Amino acid sequence: MNPARGSLLGIEHLEAAEILRLLKFARRMNPDKPRPLLKGKRVLLLFYEASTRTRSSFEIAAKSLGAHTVLIQAMGSSIEKGESLLDTGYTVTAVGADIIVIRHPNAGAPYVMAQHVDVPVINAGDGLHEHPSQALLDAYTILRNKKTFKGLQVAIVGDIFHSRVARSACHLLSKFGVKIILCGPPELVPDIATTIAPGVRVTRHIEDALRGTDVVMLLRVQKERLSGMKIDLPEYIARYQMTPARLKMAKKDAIVMHPGPIIRGLELTSEVADGAQARILEEVRNGVPTRMAILARATGKMR
Amino acid sequence: MSSEKTPTSLLIKGGHLIDPAARIDAPMDVLLKEGYVAEVAPPHKVKGAVAEKFDARGLIVAPGFIDLHAHLREPGQTHKETIATGTAAAAAGGFTSVCTMPNTVPVVDSIEWVEWLRQPERSAVVNVFAVAAATRASKGATLTDFRALHRAGAVAVTDDGKPILEDGIMRDALVLGGELNFPVVQHAEDTRMTENCSMHAGARSFRLGLRGMTAAAEASIVERDVQLAMQIPNARLHIAHLSTADALKSVRRGKRAKARVTFEVTPHHFTLTDEDMRDYDSNFKMNPPLRSASDREAILAALADGTVDAIATDHAPHAAHEKEMEFERAAFGITGLETALALAITRLHREKRIPLARIMELFTAGPARCFDLRGRGSLARGCVADVTIFDPKKKWTFDAAKSRSKSRNTPFDGWPLTGKVVATIVGGKIVYSG
Repeated sequence: MNPARGSLLGIEHLEAAEILRLLKFARRMNPDKPRPLLKGKRVLLLFYEASTRTRSSFEIAAKSLGAHTVLIQAMGSSIEKGESLLDTGYTVTAVGADIIVIRHPNAGAPYVMAQHVDVPVINAGDGLHEHPSQALLDAYTILRNKKTFKGLQVAIVGDIFHSRVARSACHLLSKFGVKIILCGPPELVPDIATTIAPGVRVTRHIEDALRGTDVVMLLRVQKERLSGMKIDLPEYIARYQMTPARLKMAKKDAIVMHPGPIIRGLELTSEVADGAQARILEEVRNGVPTRMAILARATGKMR
Repeated sequence: MSSEKTPTSLLIKGGHLIDPAARIDAPMDVLLKEGYVAEVAPPHKVKGAVAEKFDARGLIVAPGFIDLHAHLREPGQTHKETIATGTAAAAAGGFTSVCTMPNTVPVVDSIEWVEWLRQPERSAVVNVFAVAAATRASKGATLTDFRALHRAGAVAVTDDGKPILEDGIMRDALVLGGELNFPVVQHAEDTRMTENCSMHAGARSFRLGLRGMTAAAEASIVERDVQLAMQIPNARLHIAHLSTADALKSVRRGKRAKARVTFEVTPHHFTLTDEDMRDYDSNFKMNPPLRSASDREAILAALADGTVDAIATDHAPHAAHEKEMEFERAAFGITGLETALALAITRLHREKRIPLARIMELFTAGPARCFDLRGRGSLARGCVADVTIFDPKKKWTFDAAKSRSKSRNTPFDGWPLTGKVVATIVGGKIVYSG
């Protein structure tokens, strides 16, 4: 079965025009001025993995559009008792879900779900694969600050290998011709990463990544996903931590982004996190209208 | 299925015989009598009365196919497959002999289980040969009783599904196997390098966010084992489902040095690459995984130039609920008995122009040599009357729903294929006609 119309499984197969339509619609969304586009609809938030930002953001977005939300977390549900992904999918559809928002530790889980249920499935992050709503809210944030994607250079610094945010960002920005530089040690930024989309290159040197850069996107070193990989954190900090001095190497009006959670003193210093160039909280704020647009699109109300 | 009784004699008339072991590739009639090949002669030259005749005009007649590598799942995993259903699928695929892997529940690591596999209650419709475990419960720590297993009729030992990882254990296995002239089959995977991996490591695994098994994880074990086989007198090493160009290099080196190294490749590895998996479809998940295009090219070259010893299916049935799930959690393996010949004809013969005689060698004489299956893999006079008859030009579409296997986990459902089995004869008896 093909995924239901309105599903958002990843950025990779989304067309540039559709992305712009979503971003344009998101600009008309405002959680403080609720619009009942999803009145009476039930949004099932199926979270197999811990989440603060994404979960609360989807929940507020859904409620701002007049939907009911039900949160199901792996802990304390039948999932814990060994119910399979698909059986959980059939169950929540039978209960009356109109939209399933799913966060899962395994890559592709939303694809598998979408092929078996007849309601739209929204990927809220799947393993190391994609995090489309994050990429869209980041694009929204970039456009708010830079007006256009044209001629932009974005540096993504940190644990690219384990990052679904990085994969989705690469797909999205590449569709608009943005120059993308991935920066970090080979364990975290394998050379193969350049194959993900056109216009992506890899560097090991932070200066190289920052020179001429408009957007600095920082990523956390995901200790929980390293799976035996040895990373020398002091060495990482010495070479890649974003400090005010390093930030000066980027364009003067460069902005600093981070999908969170941030670890102060690791991938960035507090001065950078709280500095004038940081847009980290703005990203979180922009998550709500972006996800309102995603949910409206899921029900065919994005007009 | 047809004919309950074995006819005393059966004349296969008018076909084109390809018997690489006997160096025959010509129109020949074949007379089977009391379970053995009685006569092979040019058309109309077989004299005397025969009980039954089989009209093989326009068809290829070959020695019965031998699959060195199938998981028939008994004992213990009958929800996936049974010897009855697995051998029915084998017969439909033209296989008259199947070597069944020991990673069952319990593991086939004793003579009792080797004998159990052969009991008539299993209802096998083709010959089943046991490959026994190389270590107790396949835990990799203590060798099984090779001598007893060999005497009980096991044709090889392996811990398939897992590698024999420890250097010392592998060395001991090859030494003991060498003394007994008993092949040790290696599932070559350095599992210390493949934890949580579910496909080949490459551009596609990176894009899909799946941890990848590197080619080195296979090649490093193959290299070590080939080195051991070169050092240990009489050691017989067989590499299961070889999938990478680097591992192939080691095997070529071993063969040049006259070490007794043989290996098999699977139809899925010569047909597909890691780029073929779509939408996290776990019917494309197996171990070893689908590799890169350059690995596949290397395997195709080795199939053509005579280096590969056998095509084996690695038929690995799983129930739907073990496959339709998160890709990373789904079971490894796909079915393969019913599609092997057609994939070989479609990909190797029609596309790559590999002669049918070479392909037949890979299904018959080659595998018979790997595991010393005497009297099989040829239709010379006196051989067992195991025969596969197929139409090399027949176009058909594989429909997984109609599979004789208990399971449906195949990436080839709906594939248009060329080459279809018409009859499978085991010990002179027709066990499948299509």
